[in-house]
Amino acid sequence: MVETTTEAGVDGGGHGGGGHSPLEQFEIHTIAELKLGGLDLSFTNASLMMVIAVLLVTTLMVFGTRRGALVPGRLQSISELSYEFVANLIRDTVGNEGRRYFPLLFTLFMFILFGNLLGMVPYSFTFTSQIVVTFAMAIVVFIGVTVLGFLRHGVHFFSFFVPPGAPIWMWPLLIPIEVISYLSRPISLSVRLFANMLAGHTLLKVIAGFVALMGVFGVLPLALVVALTGLEILIAFLQAYVFTILTCLYINDALHMH
Amino acid sequence: MPQLDPSTYAGQIFWLVISFVALYWVLVRLALPRVADVLEARQRKIDDDLDRAAAAKQEAEKVLAAYDKRMAEGRDEAQGLLRQASDEMAAEAAKQHETLAAKLAGDVKAAEAGILEAKTAAVRNIGEVAAEVAQSAARRLIGVEVDAEAAGAAVKAAMRGSD
Repeated sequence: MVETTTEAGVDGGGHGGGGHSPLEQFEIHTIAELKLGGLDLSFTNASLMMVIAVLLVTTLMVFGTRRGALVPGRLQSISELSYEFVANLIRDTVGNEGRRYFPLLFTLFMFILFGNLLGMVPYSFTFTSQIVVTFAMAIVVFIGVTVLGFLRHGVHFFSFFVPPGAPIWMWPLLIPIEVISYLSRPISLSVRLFANMLAGHTLLKVIAGFVALMGVFGVLPLALVVALTGLEILIAFLQAYVFTILTCLYINDALHMH
Repeated sequence: MPQLDPSTYAGQIFWLVISFVALYWVLVRLALPRVADVLEARQRKIDDDLDRAAAAKQEAEKVLAAYDKRMAEGRDEAQGLLRQASDEMAAEAAKQHETLAAKLAGDVKAAEAGILEAKTAAVRNIGEVAAEVAQSAARRLIGVEVDAEAAGAAVKAAMRGSD
């Protein structure tokens, strides 16, 4: 990552006016200052995008279903589609028991999806490209799922770390592996989303830098940017889906163990 | 990399929690029940329509069965009438045939009687004629006058013998 920064920074500095580092887009600027105790809780561009994402999801879900028509219009179709998408996701992975977690999972999916998609708007900010944001969500999911597992199964939940059917003499080897794999869940969950967003946006910025640099031949990187933008929109959806389905699988693990 | 600057962490987490909780609250309170209601209402409407369609189908089947039954009854009735008519006609024909046969038999008997009478008359006439023939033949051939009575008797005897 640091290497990319320097290289791209040099690259970016190579041509006149647009001489910005590809990572500059991830910088956080304070919009309205707010300090509480020793903490800096200022309203930033990241906070602004979160609020916009919330407003957009609210608009879609509340105003889209305003009329509650039997034959849905465009907005209502989208909101019903997303509703049923997440509902089916939960039914397929967790089963009927998962219905209780539907509102949370739906919020999670829509929040990440709109965060990712909003990042595709030029000059906006991708709050899902912030490791602290993705990690905060992942650690909440992780802790919540672990608590759920212990509430459901009590001490018996520890047997989750013993692969079924493994001979006892393998336990000293297998249990640490299982524990490590369990503990690495929040890391993989958060880094996956963060890295996808970071890499995609950095790549777009770097290649976009070549457009001006190459003059007439800049058409080639421009075409590539267009193609990559399509790919990025796909990834924006896919990563929101992956985050949600993994959360579903973790909930399923906590409810049903192996 | 700006993401690794810990001074922004507190603020980001703070606003993340605020916006996420706000979104969760809005969705749980307003949006999701409404979507669920709409979906449920639609499902109910579809189920209702399906039920109605099934009822209509059942009704149609009942009507069809009644129609078939009525048709079968009509067919039976028609066949009964046909049979009755043909029986009546056959009886009538038989009666007429009988009458005709009786009349014909009467006619035949009368005709036969007539023929018999004619035959008898003819036979009697033949005897007389034969007697006259015999008289004139005897007179012409042998010049013997045979009286009519004797000639009749002789003819009668000859005819009886040839019978």
